[in-house]
Amino acid sequence: MIRDITLGQYYPADSILHRLDPRTKLSGTLAFIISVFLFHTFPGYAVATVFLAVMIKISKVPVKFIFKGLKAILMILMITVVFNMVLTPGQILWKWGFLKITREGVDLAVRMAIRLIYLVIGSSIMTLTTTPNQLTDGLEKSLRPLNKIHVPVHEISMMMSIALRFIPILLEETDKIMKAQIARGAAFENGNLIQKAKNMIPLLVPLFISAFRRANDLAMAMEARCYHGGDHRTQMKPLKYAARDRIAYCILAGYLAIGIAFRVMGI
Amino acid sequence: MGIIKAFKLGFDYLKYDEDGNVQDTQRAVNDVNLDIEAGEFVAILGHNGSGKSTLAKHLNALLLPTEGTLWIDDTVTSQEPELWKLRQKAGMVFQNPDNQIIGTVVEEDVGFGPENMGVPTEKIWKRVDESLQKTGMTAYRHHSPNKLSGGQKQRVAIAGVMAMRPKCIVLDEPTAMLDPNGRREVLEAVKELNRQESVTVILITHYMEEVIHADRVYVMDGGSIVMEGTPKEIFSKVDTLKHYRLDVPQVTLLAHELRKSGVDIPEGILTTEELVSALCQ
Repeated sequence: MIRDITLGQYYPADSILHRLDPRTKLSGTLAFIISVFLFHTFPGYAVATVFLAVMIKISKVPVKFIFKGLKAILMILMITVVFNMVLTPGQILWKWGFLKITREGVDLAVRMAIRLIYLVIGSSIMTLTTTPNQLTDGLEKSLRPLNKIHVPVHEISMMMSIALRFIPILLEETDKIMKAQIARGAAFENGNLIQKAKNMIPLLVPLFISAFRRANDLAMAMEARCYHGGDHRTQMKPLKYAARDRIAYCILAGYLAIGIAFRVMGI
Repeated sequence: MGIIKAFKLGFDYLKYDEDGNVQDTQRAVNDVNLDIEAGEFVAILGHNGSGKSTLAKHLNALLLPTEGTLWIDDTVTSQEPELWKLRQKAGMVFQNPDNQIIGTVVEEDVGFGPENMGVPTEKIWKRVDESLQKTGMTAYRHHSPNKLSGGQKQRVAIAGVMAMRPKCIVLDEPTAMLDPNGRREVLEAVKELNRQESVTVILITHYMEEVIHADRVYVMDGGSIVMEGTPKEIFSKVDTLKHYRLDVPQVTLLAHELRKSGVDIPEGILTTEELVSALCQ
């Protein structure tokens, strides 16, 4: 299941979205998230859908990739939908024992589902079109003012980019350890929930040990390549806004304005 | 004086108890003297636990000696307040290809060293282009390192070190985790750098086949240097090498056995061609 998370998985392609400044894409994602909460009617969701569809289209990322990310939140999505349907009071549509589905509940469940799905798709588009390094560069530069209040912005962004780089390696490792333990008779699927959690111990202990060992090696490799913190560090790909970023910001402002207008007018 | 020089170098690994007091010391490197000239290809041989990796970490100041002195390019490592300046002179490639690649794209990883050194942006690109070309990895510059083979990853790591323009490059068992093809690939790249760019290469390994082309070989055992000489000199002492638990290349071993049983051929034969020509005489 872990394999299906598209978050943090860059899809190489040559599109306008790929070429945008990561800061623009970060603001764009933020604007989209705000808009998803601004819109609270179905015409509003239609606008968000159109916006999202256009973004997917121009990102040149296959739709299949974008929807892969949804598999991981399927559980949360189901729980949200079911609870909303069952627990919201209102006009009863269907009743069985103490369970009742209300019209308001269905309405709320659909809204919640749309919001959740759009949030994941929206942020997936960003991570699919931005290399993790660009992303952390973008974050580092956008958050630099926080340095004044002693937030270690550079260190945090470095940690994030390294974590992202090691996700696939650790997944591979998990797979390997799992197979090795299965070969020795470990059972990961048997028993109830508590039993299953206990079964994870022979997987987690070696995984943690190897992760620490890797961290140690990597720290040494970074030191060997002259890493000594963020001071006096130059960048190979410094961030610069181009004309397309200004256009993108205008489009985003327009989109947000529609969201606010819809909210104010109550559509 | 050579580019790297060690005088009576010693290093202890310390073992701490729960309160942080030193409980035990273990001597990893003992009384090592080295003198490596610029442009040389030096190999350090030794079986597991002989202290060769610990020594390697001294050569670019990742570890500082407990005893004795180490000079990198005329600077004493234990007296330099900003160690990273020494590390750009002596770059290091490690054993595990996965654990030393920092970037998520090949070219970004190669640029990591120059970024840390504060090289201006345009010059970083120039260095990255050059080092990728020198290691033959230009075609992979936009690839994710996770999708490369082991040998290719090590070449990226070498390119990353080359981008720092070091005078000397230390390779700590760079081929231990590779298949024979990857091993050949990496060694070719290293030899090429030594020949074309006259970078000093210090190759640490336990594969005897890899040291044949070195100018000089040191053999380590129990933290000390026990043998020193050209590959030919070292490999003529098959019995001594066996004593230090090192495998001699098959050809050399065959020649040694032939010689012992009375065939008239010289000691220290390193390649199949040499053996053939010695036998056909």
